[in-house]
Amino acid sequence: MNLHELAVIGGMMFVTFGVRYVLFALGEKVSFPPLVRDALRYVPIAVLTAIVVPMVLLPDGRHWSIDWHNAWLIGAATSGLIAWLRGPLLAAILVSMAVFFAWPYLIA
Amino acid sequence: MAANEQSAVPEAQVAPTNLKYAELWHGARDSLPMLLGAAPFGLIFGTLASPSGLSAFGAMGMSLFVFAGSSQFIALSLLASGTGLAVIILTTFIVNLRHALYAANLLPHLSSLPRRWRIMLAFWLTDETFAVVQHRYGQADDSPYKHWYQLGSSLAMYGNWQLWTIAGILLGHATPMLEHLGLEFAMAATFTGIVVPMLKSRPTVASALAAAAVALLARDMPYKLGLLLAAVAGVVVGVGLERLSRKAAA
Repeated sequence: MNLHELAVIGGMMFVTFGVRYVLFALGEKVSFPPLVRDALRYVPIAVLTAIVVPMVLLPDGRHWSIDWHNAWLIGAATSGLIAWLRGPLLAAILVSMAVFFAWPYLIA
Repeated sequence: MAANEQSAVPEAQVAPTNLKYAELWHGARDSLPMLLGAAPFGLIFGTLASPSGLSAFGAMGMSLFVFAGSSQFIALSLLASGTGLAVIILTTFIVNLRHALYAANLLPHLSSLPRRWRIMLAFWLTDETFAVVQHRYGQADDSPYKHWYQLGSSLAMYGNWQLWTIAGILLGHATPMLEHLGLEFAMAATFTGIVVPMLKSRPTVASALAAAAVALLARDMPYKLGLLLAAVAGVVVGVGLERLSRKAAA
């Protein structure tokens, strides 16, 4: 474990524990303004989408790849479809991984 | 009198201890579905650590000291793309902000506990434990040991996460070819599977579209700042549309 990793873990620990503990530390009833409450509900959607979409549409990080040869795109679409049909998350992951790995052979 | 006291003292000590352990055990037992649900993610996290450039000790340290599944996953994908320290920490902060909501919910039940209890339960506060314990706190019985139930759930989730992280690290090392297989896709598959069921209304869909568009446009910004911009854009669009549609309905 090098210094950079130590800093990453230390920093992540600091902010994560900080967020979890700050209200417990105050020790009295606190409530959030409705705007903050609403905003927090959109954080997972926004962050996860912002990570996934570039990964899937530009698998090599530089070139657009929006066609059916792109196994990342087909795989993510599979996962999204299963999740959309209310399949369990684990099924979405496993099936889409199978599709992702098999795709190059399927279209060859 | 003296004899009565002698017999009363051990009883008064033993019974609460048993009640505490019963709560501890029930908390762990009721977390079982959550333990099973978290297992594959611990495994995938451990397996993907080394292909993402995080050492085995780093992965273990992250599970031991950060203990926040989704932000650990996100940190892996950020590390793999060479993201700077500040953005990783800031992203972790934003992603974990929801825990403050959980803490606010639990606070009325925990505010009278000694500080060491509040520190422990805060460190171990996860989505899963929150889901399990808020049910218990809501039950009508006035057991004074409900925090032991939370401790049981916390310890079970924590131990489980460490075990599956180790298993993943070992798996990753036993099969060094993993990184050439494109297992990073597991991350994209996971995130997609988490996000899609959340897209149930116009504001949520618009939020995702805005985040995606900004992430794509700003993808070449240094330190992955584009990710933070995209998060802000998604949140602003989502909240804005939600408020607009509420106003229109009112």
